[in-house]
Amino acid sequence: MAFAVQEKHYGPSLLSFFIYNPKFGQREGEEENKILFYHPNDIEKNEKIKNVGLCEAIVQFTRTFNPTKPAQSLHTQKNRQFFHEPEEGFWMIMVVKNPVVEKQKDGKTVLEYQEDELLDKVYSSVLQQCYKMYKLFNGTFNKAMETGGVTLLKDRLEKFFHRYLQTLHMQFCDLLDVFSGISFFPLDKMTYLKIQSFINRIEESLNLVKYTAFLYNDQLIWSGLEQEDMRILYKYLTTSLFPRYIEPELAGRDSPIRPEMPGNLQHYGRFLTGPLNLNDPEAKFRFPKIFVNTEETYEELHLIVYKAMSASVCFMIDASVQLTPDFCRKLDSLVGPQLTVLASDICEQYNINRRISGSEKEPQFKFIYFNHMNLAEKSTIHLKKTPSISLTSVQPELMKILGDINSDFTRVDEDEEIIVKAMSDYWIVGKKSDQRELYVILNQKNSNLIEVNDEIKKLCATQFNNIFFLD
Amino acid sequence: MEKEEYYLELNDRPVLFEKATNVNSVFFDEANKQVFAVRSGGATGVVVKGPEDRIPISFRMEDKGEVKCIKFSLGNKILAVQRTAKSVDFINLIQDYSQLEYSQECKTKNAKILGFCWTSATEIVFITDQGIEFYQVLAEKRTLKFLKSQSINVNWYMYCPESSVILLSTANLCNVLQPFHFRSGTLSKMAKFEIELPVSSIKPAKISERDIAMATIYGQLYVLFLRHHAKASSSPGAEVVLYHLPREGSCKKTHILKLNRTGKFALNVVDNLVVVHHQDTETSVIFDIRLRGESDGTVVLHQPVLPARSIHPYNIPLTGPAAVAGQLPIPCKLYSSSWIVFQPDIIISASEGYLWYLRIKLQPIVHMLTDKGRLMDFLLQRKDCKAVILSVCSQMLSEKDRASLPVIATVFDKLNCEYKKYLEAEHSYTVAVETSQGRSNALVKRPVRGQAVIDQSDMYTHVLSVFTDLKEAPHKFIIAVLMEYIRSLNQFQIPVQHYLYELVIKTLVQHNLFYMLHQFLQYHVLSDSKPLACLLLSLESVYPPAHQLSLDMLKRLSTANDEIVEVLLSKHQVLAALRFVRSIGGHDSISARKFLDAAKQASDDMLFYTVFRFFEQRNQRLRGNPNFTPGEHCEEHVTFFRQQFGEQAMLKISSA
Repeated sequence: MAFAVQEKHYGPSLLSFFIYNPKFGQREGEEENKILFYHPNDIEKNEKIKNVGLCEAIVQFTRTFNPTKPAQSLHTQKNRQFFHEPEEGFWMIMVVKNPVVEKQKDGKTVLEYQEDELLDKVYSSVLQQCYKMYKLFNGTFNKAMETGGVTLLKDRLEKFFHRYLQTLHMQFCDLLDVFSGISFFPLDKMTYLKIQSFINRIEESLNLVKYTAFLYNDQLIWSGLEQEDMRILYKYLTTSLFPRYIEPELAGRDSPIRPEMPGNLQHYGRFLTGPLNLNDPEAKFRFPKIFVNTEETYEELHLIVYKAMSASVCFMIDASVQLTPDFCRKLDSLVGPQLTVLASDICEQYNINRRISGSEKEPQFKFIYFNHMNLAEKSTIHLKKTPSISLTSVQPELMKILGDINSDFTRVDEDEEIIVKAMSDYWIVGKKSDQRELYVILNQKNSNLIEVNDEIKKLCATQFNNIFFLD
Repeated sequence: MEKEEYYLELNDRPVLFEKATNVNSVFFDEANKQVFAVRSGGATGVVVKGPEDRIPISFRMEDKGEVKCIKFSLGNKILAVQRTAKSVDFINLIQDYSQLEYSQECKTKNAKILGFCWTSATEIVFITDQGIEFYQVLAEKRTLKFLKSQSINVNWYMYCPESSVILLSTANLCNVLQPFHFRSGTLSKMAKFEIELPVSSIKPAKISERDIAMATIYGQLYVLFLRHHAKASSSPGAEVVLYHLPREGSCKKTHILKLNRTGKFALNVVDNLVVVHHQDTETSVIFDIRLRGESDGTVVLHQPVLPARSIHPYNIPLTGPAAVAGQLPIPCKLYSSSWIVFQPDIIISASEGYLWYLRIKLQPIVHMLTDKGRLMDFLLQRKDCKAVILSVCSQMLSEKDRASLPVIATVFDKLNCEYKKYLEAEHSYTVAVETSQGRSNALVKRPVRGQAVIDQSDMYTHVLSVFTDLKEAPHKFIIAVLMEYIRSLNQFQIPVQHYLYELVIKTLVQHNLFYMLHQFLQYHVLSDSKPLACLLLSLESVYPPAHQLSLDMLKRLSTANDEIVEVLLSKHQVLAALRFVRSIGGHDSISARKFLDAAKQASDDMLFYTVFRFFEQRNQRLRGNPNFTPGEHCEEHVTFFRQQFGEQAMLKISSA
């Protein structure tokens, strides 16, 4: 047995998560009423009240310095605490444990807290996303209050966050959570127009459909929803709904090919939300409901997600409409065959384009690109998302530098370029031009600054020649 | 509505002539489309009326017996009159030429002249029961020169002047047809063909010339045979069989038009449509051989395009003293037994003294053909179709008769298919002209732009812009229609004009659908152009991302670098502008003053300093001296720089 120095690394993890509204328990002895949700639930009541009180105090205190922007995060040795007030008076708090290194020193176990590892922007974004995801499926806090008072709100929060918090993986949060972008599927004009035509025709014949979104290979092609709503729906689809269906498909179960029905073309279409089998008399024709345009029209919609091969379409229908089995069958028989054909068209066209542009080869550069204007995001650093985690192909140390550069960019409005040499000798370049950001990791340890600069110019000239991106 | 359902009409300016009586014989010449009214063998006058002639030609000739056939040569210079079965007489109607008649007997012994046809201004063909004789008329010598002849037993003949083809019926049952083609002094024999007779136990009837017609349909010569009883006993109705007669090669049976009834029929060809009149029901049907029919591989079976309808009622206008106010015009008896039809589109009522051209009316058909795709196929082949097609397009987008998107898409595709064909023809013409450089220009003919070519500007002006302005449709539908049209153009690889994109953008902006617009631009559905980029720039105040979209577009155009610089300077992004100029290698030639002006306007000292220094360094590099030349007009900025940063901040001439 080797007696090497044994080190154990523990990544960041969620310590607690709670939501409160100070107005709900303003009298003494009623403090508990403020708490709308608390995770973990099994800690003692007084402890909960104490923690909420502390948060209130911090917020109140920092408000004296900046009345409109009170505290956003609190750094302590062991933890990092994040504050978010999505609706007036409603506070969401997320407490994340700092990463820890456990070392053996003189036969004793020593814990070293890594206080500076976590990036405020990343976890603030994660917290904001928690709210947006909640809102997507439940509407705003205030709306719940109007409808059913605190009881209803608490009930909804409990139901939602109980499951949702389990899907948060603090150790895998990074720059992409800040961007929370949308990956767009590259497509030629003609195929794109065909998709447009398909969507318009479906919306015409199924006039219940209010909005449609079209995705291929987990990448967005068309959104009838507004950008912000699509952003969170996209997140839900790609990190939660779609991954659930990948595994059964890979395992060969649940063969999606459909038997030929009389008067019906054979197709590969099926519902990802709602009924699994249309002909099952027991089947429930219920779809998840989502809330969009909450700032203005406040619409509640049924979310129908329908898939054929790699193409998925979201149909959104006013929630006041009762969706009948007949409607679902009509949708299936109308959309299924067309979508099957379209999906194979897209696949074919995509392969042709890839062959022409030669982009099938692995990209030489590891980069992350993000455009604030259309939320377009592209990463060659992240591997394909799996249901639980998003894998990156670079060291966490480098990811942190990317996050730091991003924080720098946020501070100024001007276009900027930052070049960093990491401890591990990697070069990292961050560029900001107008509303676009590009981060590149170069594995050319012996290059000098000028050579790195030239490399970046080359990359921009090849990968981003069709946009106005200053060098 | 009912009265609007007549889709055939007689033209309202008929040729009037003196009706046929026992003293007045009427003849019609298919070649010149002239009606001859010959009174008393010509002694009391011959009146000739053609379609274009305002003033009839009238003359007298000696009565030398009953006139059997009378025709002018092409150009009305020589008159040929047949009075006997042996010879044809000629009269010159040329100034300074003798008007004395001269005559030509047929060469073949014991032959009987059945008739004659002029094939040009001076060439004439005699058709006898034993063959044909081809002559050239030498008017000044008042004699004929024999050119060629062919021996063949002839039952009857038929002449198609458009294609200069004479068809001879031969064999006992008249069912073997021999066509000849005439062209500038030559006679060529075309492939002989046989018309299949019904296989029946009864002795088959001879084929009458009344059941045969010749006409040019879609540029091809066809022989139309009216078969009174279909071969297959299951369909008792009569049918018209079309034989395609190519200039070279053999004749083929290609189309069968199902009439689904029996009785007396007559054929016309109008605007490439075969019109079949049925006397018993006093209605007509039309067939379009280009429309899809049932095919067995070689022969295509067609049903009538539309239900049978009568020709539009025709009133005989009253003239002379009878035309007293208040008296109703007399309706003309249509489908009268005294009607005679001639190819392609002529109907003559000899008893009433009228010659009409048959015309097709497109507007009523719009309501009769409910299948829009088929309607478009039909309309696109018609001569005067443009206004009707555009009205159909407008109508299918209107609130009342709104068509579904797939139907609209089908219509757009059909229009653009035709449009593309024309563009391609135009393109290959241009290429041919360029490559031949004037040589053999006769070979390349500029393509004719028919009415069926509905281009983007037609659609924009008459249909799409009107439709979007009306705003009676929901915006979703408007956008869907515009995108469908753009999709269709793209499908046929027709470059889309920017005014269509502008229409899309206008509609999207009106409804605040900026995110949609953004997505369209992101996928380059709205193609890059300077006007479009400028339009986007103007949207920046309502939709800030339009700025980025516009710059991207200008960048891709790669011919708009000046515009990019202007845009950046207008936003006081002086450094960005400089960096851009440097990246395209234009920084040695740009005006320093322009950039310094912009930097000063930004009222940012650091920025001004940087820009000033940049140009000092440029001066140093280009001229070895950091100072500005008087021509650069930067004195004002030099003074400003001195004031702000002091003399010592100025770059010194490097003491090299």
